[in-house]
Amino acid sequence: MTLTIIRNADDLSARYDIAIVGAGPAGMAAATECARLGLAVVVFDENAEAGGQIYRAIERNTRAGRPYLGSDYGRGAGLWAAFCATAASHVPSAAVWSLEQQGEGAAALAELRVSVAGRSRIVLARRVVLATGATERPMPVRGWTLPGVMSVGAAQIALKASALLPEGPVVLTGSGPLLYLYADQVLAAGGTIDAILETTPRRNWLRAAPHVFSFLASPYAWKGLGLMLRVRRAVRVFRAVTALEITGKDRADGVTFMAGGKTVSLPARSVFLHQGVIPHANLANAAGCALAWNDRQKCFAPVVDGEGRSTRPAIFIAGDGNGIAGAVVAEFDGRIAGIAAGLEVLGAGSSEASRRFVRLRKRALRGRAFIDLAYQPALSFRAPAAGDVVACRCEEVSVGAIREAAALGVAGPNQLKTMLRCGMGPCQGRMCAATVTELLADAQQRHPADVGTYRLRPPIKPVPLCEIAALPHTSEAVYAVTGGHSGH
Amino acid sequence: MFRKIENPKDLVTIVVDGRELEVDATASVAAALLGAGMATVRRSVVTDQPRGPYCLMGICFECLVTIDGVQNRQACMVPVRDGMTISSQRGARTTQGGGR
Repeated sequence: MTLTIIRNADDLSARYDIAIVGAGPAGMAAATECARLGLAVVVFDENAEAGGQIYRAIERNTRAGRPYLGSDYGRGAGLWAAFCATAASHVPSAAVWSLEQQGEGAAALAELRVSVAGRSRIVLARRVVLATGATERPMPVRGWTLPGVMSVGAAQIALKASALLPEGPVVLTGSGPLLYLYADQVLAAGGTIDAILETTPRRNWLRAAPHVFSFLASPYAWKGLGLMLRVRRAVRVFRAVTALEITGKDRADGVTFMAGGKTVSLPARSVFLHQGVIPHANLANAAGCALAWNDRQKCFAPVVDGEGRSTRPAIFIAGDGNGIAGAVVAEFDGRIAGIAAGLEVLGAGSSEASRRFVRLRKRALRGRAFIDLAYQPALSFRAPAAGDVVACRCEEVSVGAIREAAALGVAGPNQLKTMLRCGMGPCQGRMCAATVTELLADAQQRHPADVGTYRLRPPIKPVPLCEIAALPHTSEAVYAVTGGHSGH
Repeated sequence: MFRKIENPKDLVTIVVDGRELEVDATASVAAALLGAGMATVRRSVVTDQPRGPYCLMGICFECLVTIDGVQNRQACMVPVRDGMTISSQRGARTTQGGGR
């Protein structure tokens, strides 16, 4: 058996047992388990190569070729090899732009609309597993739209996929383990990091302290400490940084911030921001899956049961897309959801393999609470006070405009769209939704769960109208427009 | 704003705003532009500010460029191809010429 790679919309079947969206650790693991059950499986992935963000370019990278990526990255190679040995179909560069559930309960079907190489098709699946992963939490600061400023994740993608090292002076800033992981990889690859500005509030460590023993029992602990010590020997680190801004006219040329009671300015040509990751749940949101506020991770995440079932019976959600837990947990989560979805299609009962993966997932989750609390970004970086900071980058809506609307009593993020066009640009709220929820909550003294988030509608990725128009229409749709029963 | 630390095995030629560039055949358009020293790829829609790739993973839509005549393509999601023509954008996409 080998994986079938599909690069043309015409080569898609109209119907599969299982459709999986995303080919990162959760998606590849779910596909592998479903294929082992003998089911017809298709994996749609927006990227040109499998691996997701964590195992970016895993099809090409070898340990010998790019050793600086480290041993955790190497885990992806086994996942990719197992996925390649299945009879599943993998569709790279495929944008799933709509997902709807037809029918209810056990008979429910998922209807996906997907764009492949410039043409869209409707694909039906008995069950769909969304493995859409995470995105970086926005870090709105003054100057963050300047060229030369990117997310740390983006800089790491440039390293993993294209062996690119940043031009100096390089400044990393924000909160979370990725700052140190990326710095370590850059140093190992022969690059330079000039400064790390940690924005993590000091009091976080007190709140995280009760979880420290569970963290110390996790594999992250010693690896993480070693990595931090290595980086700190080579890089100037500022702690508890506040009042950060990026300076420059047509591109970034420096950073200014407060640390230790002093204002510091440093030159910088490459400024990389990061304050953790949040679920990328746009497709789940648009498909009508319920979301819930996670107060420890300060984000909305789809509601799922222990096997990844969302509140829509045809839709399972696995991996970081249902709550942030990292690549190893995502892999087990994908296996568990894949088996559960597969058994539903087969009408079969429970599985011994799945119980084993539940135990492995539980073990891999150790230390997560500590990491969540220790690196929880400060409110001043999630919901900034400075009115001139850009919150919605597409429509260029400022924090001040949103706070003004909040003072006028805007009901929530959806009404904010009609008032300010906030969240209505091409990214469809991916870059501002988290900020908007927290700004409204802060300004109106409401709970973020009560504020809510944008209600999204398909297409969740921009698709040319001609592609939508060329889709086959249902007889109901033809009747609604023409009043007759002619074909399209 | 980046430098390459490997010699690419295969190169392709792309044309960026009329300038020919030899780039790594495995790169995305955005990675190719960043590797060639281009941090700015467009001017923003509302206030005409310079913008460049931000997330490199299809989320932020900051790297929108015109590729082979099609406007608003995400440069980070499109692999380079030999002979590809790329132009930077100013403001919103237009409905005349260059659309599909």
